[in-house]
Amino acid sequence: MLPPDYFAHALKETASQTSGPFVHIGLAPHLVGIGGVKPIGSNKLAGPGTKGERITIEGRIFDASGTPLRDALVEIWQANAAGRYNHPADRQKKPLDKSFRGWGRTCTDFETGLFTFETVKPGAVEGRNGGVMAPHVSLWIAARGINIGLQTRMYFPDEEKANAADPVLNGIEWVSRRKTLVAVLEQRKGKPVYRFDMRLQGADETVFFDA
Amino acid sequence: MQPLSDKPYEFNQRDRLVQPPALTPDYKTSVMRSPSRALISIENTLSEITGPVFTAAELGPLDNDLTRNYARDGLAIGERIVVHGYVLDENARPVPNALVEVWQANAGGRYRHRNDGYLAPLDPNFGGCGRTLSDDNGHYFFRTVRPGAYPWRNLVNDWRPAHIHFSLSGQGFAQRLITQMYFEGDPLIATCPIARTIRDEEALRRLIAAQDRSAFVQFDSRAYRFDIVLRGKRATLFEDRVQGGKK
Repeated sequence: MLPPDYFAHALKETASQTSGPFVHIGLAPHLVGIGGVKPIGSNKLAGPGTKGERITIEGRIFDASGTPLRDALVEIWQANAAGRYNHPADRQKKPLDKSFRGWGRTCTDFETGLFTFETVKPGAVEGRNGGVMAPHVSLWIAARGINIGLQTRMYFPDEEKANAADPVLNGIEWVSRRKTLVAVLEQRKGKPVYRFDMRLQGADETVFFDA
Repeated sequence: MQPLSDKPYEFNQRDRLVQPPALTPDYKTSVMRSPSRALISIENTLSEITGPVFTAAELGPLDNDLTRNYARDGLAIGERIVVHGYVLDENARPVPNALVEVWQANAGGRYRHRNDGYLAPLDPNFGGCGRTLSDDNGHYFFRTVRPGAYPWRNLVNDWRPAHIHFSLSGQGFAQRLITQMYFEGDPLIATCPIARTIRDEEALRRLIAAQDRSAFVQFDSRAYRFDIVLRGKRATLFEDRVQGGKK
């Protein structure tokens, strides 16, 4: 039994609860026809002035039976094309892009379970202690049946060399599990689509992080 | 002590003792949707300590008033309440500019959602969506109607206690949190399989808002107080810096 002050903080973090099946009402009200509030967040991260290569990210989230989740929230957070986050704590000497926040939010489709983001490919970002992280997108998912939001990362299959040197990927003891974080590249009408499916259980269970 | 924001920082390790595990068989949906492998622990990097920054300009004037923001021809039906509190971090410092988003069923326990088939009627004047930003002291408030309890498919006759869903975005992506607020005195809390996914009794108790007479609005609304705590920050010590650069 741990002593009560094992974590010697003044306060304890609020406990998480599932988002339930009706997360759309609060976080994507337009998807269930609720107006009256201003929309916050969308799956289109890149505007006309955004610098960088335009990409699509799409995927599904599968439960233990292989059934796609059709009631999940998906959020992404990423650096801009130059590898800089739009946040005051990022003091890398790289240009900010005024027309790119780097944050997206959507829900999986009610019928197909697909989620889609239109964004730009992020640049590499400094890691801890002067290391470099391969280009990646952070994802956070919440849904009915998920008691605390799941955090993971999507890496790019066309960045093989950078991925091989990435400290987070290399920190995953089971080499065979690292590929669960690497998207599959498809060309669709001449445009790059990165397919990133997540599996909540099973032989190919996606790596989720306690970050 | 100076705020840490101008120094390299990282978030405290998440205290998993107060958080629900992924697999909680009494809440049946978690069985198929819970990762069975251990989470991989990683140290915070820029990707975790940063996150989206929101501004007041992104919110509409009625976004924090659920009694009016969907109103067609009158006010929402139900007991009028104010919900307010502070967004703090584990070091008891206010978290300003946190995006607080809420959603809930109407007074009869019915959600305005294509997948909710409960027979209680929709309220034409209630949408159930609200949001606000915490102020410089971390304080937030919104007005709504008290949501109703409703039945759900888990055990044959399970009923959810009245609750309001909360979504919190603080300073960094690693602080992201979704939770539910319950109401003091609700007898359904003790047997709710979702509330009971939290094993720590104190942690569950902190999700139960107490009536707050000091915030009642005269001839208008009762009030409930709900404080929210996000992961705290600490300075990164020694050489193992979150951000690289010259040593």
